[in-house]
Amino acid sequence: MRAPRRSSAGPLPAWAEVALLPLVNIALAFIVVGVIVAIIGVDPFHALRLLVVGALGSWESIGYTLYYATNFTFTGLAVAVAFHAGLFNIGGEGQAYLGGLGCGLAILALDRWLPAWLMVPIAIAAAALFGAAWAAVPAWLQAWRGSHIVITTIMFNFVASALMVYLMVNVLIAPGSMTPQSRGFAPSGELPAIAGLPLNLSLALALACCVAVWVFLWHTPWGYALRTMGHNPEAAVYAGTNLRRMTMLAMCFSGALAGFVGVNELMGVHHRIVLDFQAGYGFAGIAVALMGRNHPLGVLLAALLFGALQQGGAELAFEIPTITREMVVVIQGLIILFSGALAHLPRPWLQLLFARRAS
Amino acid sequence: MQALTPAPAAIELRGIDKSFGVVHAVRGVSLRIEPGTITGIVGENGAGKSTLMSILYGLYRADAGEIWIGGQPAEMASPRDAIGHGIGMVHQHFMLIDTFTVLENLVLGAEGGALLAGGLAAARAELARLARDYGLSVDPDARVADLSVGEQQRVEILKVLFRGARILILDEPSAVLTPQETDRLFDILRTLKARGVTIILITHKLREIVAATDRVYVMRQGKIVAERRTRDTGSEELAELMVGRKVRLDLEKVPVRQGEILLSTEHLSLVDDRGVRLLDDVGIELRAGEIVGIAGITGNGQSELLQVLSGIRAPSAGRLTVCGHTIDPGHPGNPAHMRELGLAHVPEDRLRQGLVAAFLASETSILGYQDGPPFTRNYLLDGPAVGAHCAELMERFDVRPRSPGLRSSHFSGGNQQKLVLAREIARLPRVLLVGQPTRGVDIGAIEFIHRELVKARDSGCAMLVVSVELDEILSLADRILVMFAGRIVGEVEPGRADERTLGLMMTGAAAA
Repeated sequence: MRAPRRSSAGPLPAWAEVALLPLVNIALAFIVVGVIVAIIGVDPFHALRLLVVGALGSWESIGYTLYYATNFTFTGLAVAVAFHAGLFNIGGEGQAYLGGLGCGLAILALDRWLPAWLMVPIAIAAAALFGAAWAAVPAWLQAWRGSHIVITTIMFNFVASALMVYLMVNVLIAPGSMTPQSRGFAPSGELPAIAGLPLNLSLALALACCVAVWVFLWHTPWGYALRTMGHNPEAAVYAGTNLRRMTMLAMCFSGALAGFVGVNELMGVHHRIVLDFQAGYGFAGIAVALMGRNHPLGVLLAALLFGALQQGGAELAFEIPTITREMVVVIQGLIILFSGALAHLPRPWLQLLFARRAS
Repeated sequence: MQALTPAPAAIELRGIDKSFGVVHAVRGVSLRIEPGTITGIVGENGAGKSTLMSILYGLYRADAGEIWIGGQPAEMASPRDAIGHGIGMVHQHFMLIDTFTVLENLVLGAEGGALLAGGLAAARAELARLARDYGLSVDPDARVADLSVGEQQRVEILKVLFRGARILILDEPSAVLTPQETDRLFDILRTLKARGVTIILITHKLREIVAATDRVYVMRQGKIVAERRTRDTGSEELAELMVGRKVRLDLEKVPVRQGEILLSTEHLSLVDDRGVRLLDDVGIELRAGEIVGIAGITGNGQSELLQVLSGIRAPSAGRLTVCGHTIDPGHPGNPAHMRELGLAHVPEDRLRQGLVAAFLASETSILGYQDGPPFTRNYLLDGPAVGAHCAELMERFDVRPRSPGLRSSHFSGGNQQKLVLAREIARLPRVLLVGQPTRGVDIGAIEFIHRELVKARDSGCAMLVVSVELDEILSLADRILVMFAGRIVGEVEPGRADERTLGLMMTGAAAA
């Protein structure tokens, strides 16, 4: 890449780097969205108001926003952990799916005998275990066979999808049911939720995962070795890290995090195993991690934004018929584009601005 | 204005100034380079010589100042402008495509049309002319991968001349060459000069400045601190000007006091997946209190030797004994285990192995020692302990700036190396492997690093030093082993060795 012409403008202050730049990115995305919305004949300010009110205007909408954000936090963290190890985990979708299967199987097997205080932790552990196991196979293939993890994880999404359909249609379907879903969980297999809302205790689990990821990556020797591998595998070998084992560890951790989507969806909302509860969250996790700069706090903030967009977008599509569900996806796509792929676009302007102000 | 200067200078820089944020890299530099001369620019790392050349080549734009080429003011907005003004740059790292032929590399970026054939034919004719005029002969149809390093460099120079350059900037051209190849390079430069090409040589090797240039500029802290006619100066004075104080180029050592054997190898061999024999029947004994130097041209097995000795790669045959512990193909070691045995390793390439550029200096200061106390307690890294450890290393090894919280990549090469060395020596290892102790390190730091290595040796450490710098091997080592094609081809005592014979042994032409 060519050196910038005006490299005399120095680096940005830290606060501008972490706060101002993302805000400018989002603002740019909204301007472009506004233009598109205006083109299809809707007043962009009216649409924006609907979006914001739809996402944050009432306790109910805030509840929905936080519920969506919970899922985005899990998958965003999953991508971030793998990314720090230099691994691009595109398989969040499948790992989330299998995580749901894990906690669902545990509950279906045990919920009639165990009390909630025992059932819930076991089910959460099962979600983590199944998510991790689904990530472990591509990790093993990468570590021992050299199969590229991007390819294998994405293939495993399809395998997961087919497996779930088979299991739901042929094995786990509730007797007498016309739709492919399992019998309902007993109350001991349900997470406490806010009455009438999908928001449930999984939010606390998501916050705990943010803290755990932060502690693991920056305050344990394993996290240190994992980041060393991600930045510089040769240095990791030099330092004595077993890259194969570390690849397994990173992907299992990542898969477990993605698996918690199943906890939020099945234990928190559906209270039974259903199909396609994970749809889209795994892939959106890539954008969330990208936007959150792979830092747990950034992931949390990005997940809140994505949650708000999901909820506000649904309201928008409901209120204005010309703005369809697809239009909302376009809006999300533009935000991903501006805060991910074009994240550094406004940097030179900001640098110039700061340099001018300083002189 | 031009009436004042009878013959316009090939290059004239007037008051060039450049800052990167708070770093004032180049401060009001003015210099004048006469056509058809070889001018050297020396300075420590971070003195601003690379930045200055990048400005001249259009990679950076100066904050202030003017560039005049051949008596005309020139605007260098990009390398394209620089090439348009007849300036060419030969980079330290070759920018060649290995699988292409010389001719194909030559036309890359100057193909001259949608179809290659015409451009290639024209290029072949032009290459023949260049070979005739400058005595630069290279087989146009040879694959670059099959050429020696010296020949590859010749292709780089041809590439620049092919684009019509009359001013040549060479950045550390001898870094990868043997003494013989370096001599050959200087012959080529003299021929080019005789044909009127203006040459700028950036290097930190003072011997080469003295051997090859007509005039030399010394840079320190972004400024030109001295300009000398080469024949009026010498290495000692230039070193002093570069560093800003007296520098001892020779190294004081007390006589060697050998102790017990701490590392030994028997019939050690390494064969890679494709069956290439990288190490061939290597037998080495390393005793406490001595420095054994491995001389050799890059790529003759030195890197692999360090990898096997440090446990990074397992040997294919033979055995290795470190502090009483034996490693062979059936019982491979690993770097963590080697560290526990008391073996420390300063890797050849600090950026690729020895540190993580994106890590803080404090994080780099525990690389390889992160597991267990004193840095890990109760499964958690002890941040304050790591920071304090790093601050202590920085103080002891004079790492500047003394900021454990600064990213490793923001330190100069010399300071990065001091930090890596500090990390490895601080554990008082019984065996220390050092690869290229002073690669890319400036003179002031070289002196310091050499003294620290000798200090460790005097305190009873068994040390193996691999270096492509013969000077370094000659001044550090108590015994010199020469490697060629994966074998130890000879052992020489430093008192009885000179660069010429060592150079011949390194190419396999002579045995001791």
